Amino acid sequence: MSTRVAPPGLACLAVNGLSHAYPGARGPVAALDGVSFSVRTGQFCAVIGPSGCGKTTLLHVLAGLIAPTRGTVTLPPRSPGRLVTAVVFQGISTFPWMTVRQNVAYGLRALGLPAAERRRRVEQQVARVGLADFLDAYPHQLSEGMRQRTGIARAFATDPDVLLMDEPFGSLDEQTRLRLQDELLGLWQGSGKTVVFVTHSLDEAARLADRVLVMSARPGRVTADIAVPFPRPRGYGEVRSDPAYGAFTARLWTELAGSGRPAAT
Amino acid sequence: MDGIGRKRAARGDVTGGQRRDRLLAVASPAGVLVAWEVLSRLGALDARFVPAPTTILHTMALMTRTGELPYHILVSVRRVVLGFLLGAGPAVGLGLLMGLSRPVRSALLPIVSAAYPIPKIAVYPLIIFYLGLGEASKVGIVAVSIFFLVLLSTMSGVLALDPAYFKIARAYGADARAVFATVAWPGALPQIFTGLKLGMGFALIVIVGAELLGSTSGIGYLIWRSYQIFAVDAMFVGLLVTAVLGWVAAAALDWLEHRVLPWRAS
Ligand SMILES: Nc1ncnc2c1ncn2[C@@H]1O[C@H](COP(=O)(O)OP(=O)(O)OP(=O)(O)O)[C@@H](O)[C@H]1O
Ligand SMILES: [Mg+2]
Repeated sequence: MSTRVAPPGLACLAVNGLSHAYPGARGPVAALDGVSFSVRTGQFCAVIGPSGCGKTTLLHVLAGLIAPTRGTVTLPPRSPGRLVTAVVFQGISTFPWMTVRQNVAYGLRALGLPAAERRRRVEQQVARVGLADFLDAYPHQLSEGMRQRTGIARAFATDPDVLLMDEPFGSLDEQTRLRLQDELLGLWQGSGKTVVFVTHSLDEAARLADRVLVMSARPGRVTADIAVPFPRPRGYGEVRSDPAYGAFTARLWTELAGSGRPAAT
Repeated sequence: MDGIGRKRAARGDVTGGQRRDRLLAVASPAGVLVAWEVLSRLGALDARFVPAPTTILHTMALMTRTGELPYHILVSVRRVVLGFLLGAGPAVGLGLLMGLSRPVRSALLPIVSAAYPIPKIAVYPLIIFYLGLGEASKVGIVAVSIFFLVLLSTMSGVLALDPAYFKIARAYGADARAVFATVAWPGALPQIFTGLKLGMGFALIVIVGAELLGSTSGIGYLIWRSYQIFAVDAMFVGLLVTAVLGWVAAAALDWLEHRVLPWRAS
């Protein structure tokens, strides 16, 4: 992956001609095919697409976990005391052998911060996700939603330029999901953080994002780039009762369904 | 807050089922002893071949008073503990390495798999040949007997870890050393304990066996010497002590496991 030092213009993150193929038993499996887009600093960008279309692959390339077969990723330069990207993963988000405190502090080891600063950041973020009473609890003592909060606190503690979230609420029940969406919006607003948020849920994309990227079935390409029209702050009731809401999610669905057809180019 | 408090309390509680388990664990050996004693007193068991439990206990008390029994126990325990540390330490290190690195695994696994099933007591003459008849060969045979077992369980512990943990580590800037210390080692620890517990059983089997063969001290030697002078009760004392040692070692490892792995949902 080639990472230029300064992103162009106001863009925080730029992806250019990104393709990735995994080695497979019967030849390479193309997961991404010529993906290009850029995200402005502070923008909340949702990514939706059919299962297996390469969303996780895209996020892993952005996080530097996978070197893409082709294409470039441009990220902000590294600044002291913070990570460039922080990831909240799909599925397993915590180390079961670490307490909440240790889990949240995990990304701070590599930043070379003094102990007092690490402690301050951990306690601040843990309090912000409402787990102050559980600092020394282990993940098996928490609910799934609390574990996910721990993963989110870990990401925010590293004060990243770009927050990469891979269906962080995918395995939660509806109520917990809505509550965590509120919390995430609260954390994000005013933080100036750029977010790339992968989700299966059209409602979630419509409620959280400034903009929705729609991907095609594998190999993933970006087939639509749609601005989300709703004003902020976006209370659940307000967004859902907005007269434009039905038409908007219907449009997302049309784009998704269209992009799923194999012949569509 | 509440949740943790309750879980902690629940762990300390003895539920009805647990109480019954504990009762049975004490009652069944006690029952066997009582039956044994009764059969001996009735003359159904020939005292020349199977002495009564009270006779064995009496002999045990005598041997304790002379200092003979504590001496042999200490010698054996020392050999097991030293051999255990000497074998388990490198086994865990190498096992983690083999779990983390495919090339290291490819290179070493065939050798390890071939060496693992060799009955370790069969290697004892060779070890005596290299290390002599002194303490080194006793400690050595214990170390060798647990090495491969602990190595393999450590390696499989690392391999069984969800790749997601390694992804989290790398995404948050962990270098190779940090991955070793924060993912592989703590993640494999439950399996390492499984290996250590199995290994402790092997260690006792092997040390008593080795002491039977070529030694002038230890529990195995005690049993062998008692055989030569036809002291059947002393032989039983040796067996009893071995059994108790095995039980104590298992309990100690269980205790350590609970201390070291507070994160496991029991
Ligand atoms: N490690 C891998 N090795 C080989 N192929 C892989 C690997 N990971 C993913 N793939 C393939 O790449 C494609 C894209 O996978 P990816 O996980 O990025 O999809 P996704 O969009 O995140 O799916 P989902 O919505 O179900 O999470 C899939 O078809 C999958 O078969
Ligand atoms: Mg995915």
